[in-house]
Amino acid sequence: MSLILENIDHVVNGATHIEGINLELAPGSFNVLLGRTLAGKTTLMRLMAGLEAPTRGRILMDGEDVTGVSVRRRNVSMVYQQFINYPALNVYENIASPLRLAKVSVGEIDRRVRETAEMLHIEHFLDRYPLELSGGQQQRTAMGRALVKDADVILFDEPLVNLDYKLREELREELNTLFGQRNCIAVYATTEPGEALALGGNTAVLHEGRLLQYGRTEDVYHRPRDIQTAEMFSEPPINIVRGNISGSEVSFDNRIRFPVNDDLRSLPPGEYRFGVRASHITLERRATDDIEVEMKVDIAEISGSETFLHVHNDLFHMTVLLEGVHEFDPDDPVALYFPTHKVYAFDRQGAVVHIPTHLGGM
Amino acid sequence: MTDSMPHTPTAVRQRAAAADASRRRKSRSAPLRWRPKMLMGLYLLFVLLPIYWLLNMSFQSNTEILGGLTLWPKDFTFEHYGKIFTTSTWYMGYLNSIAYVVMNMFISILVALPAAYAFSRYKFIGDKHLFFWLLTNLMAPPAVFLLPYFQLYYTVGLFDTHIAVALAHCLFNIPLAIWILEGFMSGVPKEIDETAFIDGYSFPKFFIKIFIPMISSGIGVTLFFLFMFSWVELLLASTLTSTGAQPIASVMTSTSTASGIDWGTLAAAGVLTILPGILVVYFVRNHIAKGFALGRT
Repeated sequence: MSLILENIDHVVNGATHIEGINLELAPGSFNVLLGRTLAGKTTLMRLMAGLEAPTRGRILMDGEDVTGVSVRRRNVSMVYQQFINYPALNVYENIASPLRLAKVSVGEIDRRVRETAEMLHIEHFLDRYPLELSGGQQQRTAMGRALVKDADVILFDEPLVNLDYKLREELREELNTLFGQRNCIAVYATTEPGEALALGGNTAVLHEGRLLQYGRTEDVYHRPRDIQTAEMFSEPPINIVRGNISGSEVSFDNRIRFPVNDDLRSLPPGEYRFGVRASHITLERRATDDIEVEMKVDIAEISGSETFLHVHNDLFHMTVLLEGVHEFDPDDPVALYFPTHKVYAFDRQGAVVHIPTHLGGM
Repeated sequence: MTDSMPHTPTAVRQRAAAADASRRRKSRSAPLRWRPKMLMGLYLLFVLLPIYWLLNMSFQSNTEILGGLTLWPKDFTFEHYGKIFTTSTWYMGYLNSIAYVVMNMFISILVALPAAYAFSRYKFIGDKHLFFWLLTNLMAPPAVFLLPYFQLYYTVGLFDTHIAVALAHCLFNIPLAIWILEGFMSGVPKEIDETAFIDGYSFPKFFIKIFIPMISSGIGVTLFFLFMFSWVELLLASTLTSTGAQPIASVMTSTSTASGIDWGTLAAAGVLTILPGILVVYFVRNHIAKGFALGRT
């Protein structure tokens, strides 16, 4: 089962939601749609499901044109961000409902419902009603209904957003194992780059209705095609600094200079934009070619067990991702170390011209 | 920023002192605590007095009613209730009323359910105007429609039937039902519909098995309002009927005989007219506030 989107445009009331998307999802693949809110993730999923028909373009399933086919006649399932279950039916009947409609035999239904419930750890709640369950259990019920029917395409529209941190990690791990055993196309929308990396598979980066890049998740992360993709696929966004390469020297705004290393040597002299990941900047020297930059702290934002340190000097602003909880006061001076061998270079149009060869780590 | 916030130590201390003082003032004047209860009691007394008086009269003989002021029945009697339950004009009045009210509730809800679904889920040309136009139907006094209804029903032979009154009451009850149900339906996320279609439900099956249970309290509240408006409407009901489908309210207006007005029986009939309302309110009491908000929370 393969799913192909061909030149998809979607216009609603004159506003373009999706523009020129070409995407080919391989059978049995796990695909992440990554993008900020309003990037068009949900719209694209609704088009894949058949809840809406695209304004232009074709959708092919297994080579067959299904563009105008109603959702009832496509074998898809979908899990929403909100916990959507049938409140009038108990958990068992909720999970069983797609099978009942498909006229599966009673014994078979019972076997599959119990198997799915066990997989999702809700086998003890089968007699309860959805509204008597916690959020996590409600979402598991919704997932159970999506997984029980052997759909060709399973769509997850930010299913873990409304859950607490711990549950989210737990369910995400389970999802990985659940899809290892299946031969269906899974599509998972998320706004969080970290979630995309944790899920693996393939990632399609969306921005304002356009597809920026599609490929293996690690590839897209390590080898972004342009600045936008690099910015979308990093949290906090990758730091972009203007600079020049002239002969043997690289300079950021003519102030900070360092000799061209082996990596950047191949680039012709000229103006570039350099990208440094927030997690690659450190508080202590790690390699001999690190350069030291004096900055002032704007604010230290603590998120979980990490600290987002926003700093500036008179030339640029930057964000640094530090492991652990660090406290800084505003205007504290701080010395930061850039790894010059982990610098991305983009040309004026924003296309990537250099990717560091020392990949690895976040 | 600090200017707008009175959380300075002095301000806090002052407020604490003021709170203390008011507490002391309250404990000193204990009778003041009874004032709200007393006012409430007085209010209830005035509200319930006419109903008590009706009940009182229904158990008194006609001579006692006309005799003078008595606060409770001296000469307790069930004679009036007996008369209502044995005279066919009287009890048929009740049955006629119940017949057309039930018919009207049934027709209204059947028409309003799909209509309200369309208004809550689909966009179509003029949907907002149409929705508002429904409300304007409630603004026209029924008297306006009296003549056309009367003439039309007389010509097509619907005059003096239950269905005639039931249909006439749809004039204001269907818009009302659509208005209330639309609010409840809009409270159900659209994703439920989509999930059902993804699961493979056909529309009718989804509507009956999934959707209706989700808005059951809304349907209950709607039925209550339909009952209420149809039950108390007198003008259309009495004009469009003569003897075959005469509603109780119009039976009550024709009780004066040669021997004068039968006060006791009239009072008993009044009590029996209030009863169904009380019964219905009892069943929907927990949802009624939501109903008045028309499901919009």
